[in-house]
Amino acid sequence: MRAKYLIGFLIILAAIGYLAWGGLGKSLVYYVLPSEYADNPAKYAGKRVRLGGLVKQGSVHFNPKTLELKFVVTDGVVDIPVEHTGTPPELFKDNQGVVVEGHFEGNVFKGDNLLIKHSESYQAPRKGEYTPDEVRKLLKEAK
Amino acid sequence: MNRTTRKSAFDSVDAVLLAAGLLVLAVGQYLAFTAPPDVQQHYLIRILYVHVGAAWTAYLAFFVAMIYAVLYLWKQNPAYDRLSAASAEVGLLFMTLTLFGGMMWARPTWGVYWTWEPKLTTSAILTAFYIGYFLLRQAIEDPEFRAKAAAAAAILGVVNIPINYMSVYWWRSIHQTATFDIINRKVHMDTPMVLAMLVNLVAINIIYVLFLRLKGKVAYCAAQKEDWDE
Repeated sequence: MRAKYLIGFLIILAAIGYLAWGGLGKSLVYYVLPSEYADNPAKYAGKRVRLGGLVKQGSVHFNPKTLELKFVVTDGVVDIPVEHTGTPPELFKDNQGVVVEGHFEGNVFKGDNLLIKHSESYQAPRKGEYTPDEVRKLLKEAK
Repeated sequence: MNRTTRKSAFDSVDAVLLAAGLLVLAVGQYLAFTAPPDVQQHYLIRILYVHVGAAWTAYLAFFVAMIYAVLYLWKQNPAYDRLSAASAEVGLLFMTLTLFGGMMWARPTWGVYWTWEPKLTTSAILTAFYIGYFLLRQAIEDPEFRAKAAAAAAILGVVNIPINYMSVYWWRSIHQTATFDIINRKVHMDTPMVLAMLVNLVAINIIYVLFLRLKGKVAYCAAQKEDWDE
């Protein structure tokens, strides 16, 4: 047995064990849905939570000066207002799947990390939507 | 040892594989760069064309490592042990590329490089497992015991693959489910994109076979040297 490799192997084994029992256990319920929160708000009070759902249509308010972003996350049953600071990611829009990391303060969810859950479906733009040339034009305008 | 040098040489089969791999990769990249942008994420989708191919080839390589491990335990031929290790090594390479490409894709789309969600967590476990596999090989000096322990690990390792693949269906995750959905037999993708993805997948697979052959030959030379040293 070569000792240093054996030690390395045992470290990896411990890491896998930690990921499998600790990490995976936590990530199995990666996010809670608004209605799950509403069922038992006490369970999540003061804890770090990931809240997942869709951005409610027309609920997005973003102040580019203060970077205050307010929107509502919904699962179709329960709506939860979210307050977040930071520029929204590119794919952020109405009806987009999102996962927000943060904590509850009363009925408001204070987010500190905003993740986008995009779909597995990929399609070329239909007529009237973005074409390569239009994207290039948009990029030029952005500069 | 003339026999050894001839066997370790880069032969005509390797040359054909290299030429075919590069050619198909060139076609695949051409298709990837001419495929239309996605409605949602525009040109960011191009990462998918290599990400999916790398991930599938990593799965394949780990699966082949298991097959050679079973063959080794059955026939007790050291060549199977070497090929099993070679396939696992190439698999680890492609798995690393999958993680790297995935992180590059996740940052602009999801918003983070990494998050501990089921697909990523099981991918980390899968990668760590095969790093452990090579540490185990290095730790054991006796070639026969090493080969047997490694074979057991290589067989155990494939358990990770279905868990990793199914994680997006079994648990809530941020990683999207399979676009090329073999479970529900649906393809959620436009034809030019599917074509670009599949051609790149074929290219990466050809390169995998080439790497496996070359690595197997290097391992053969290393084994010869180990014999002489004793």
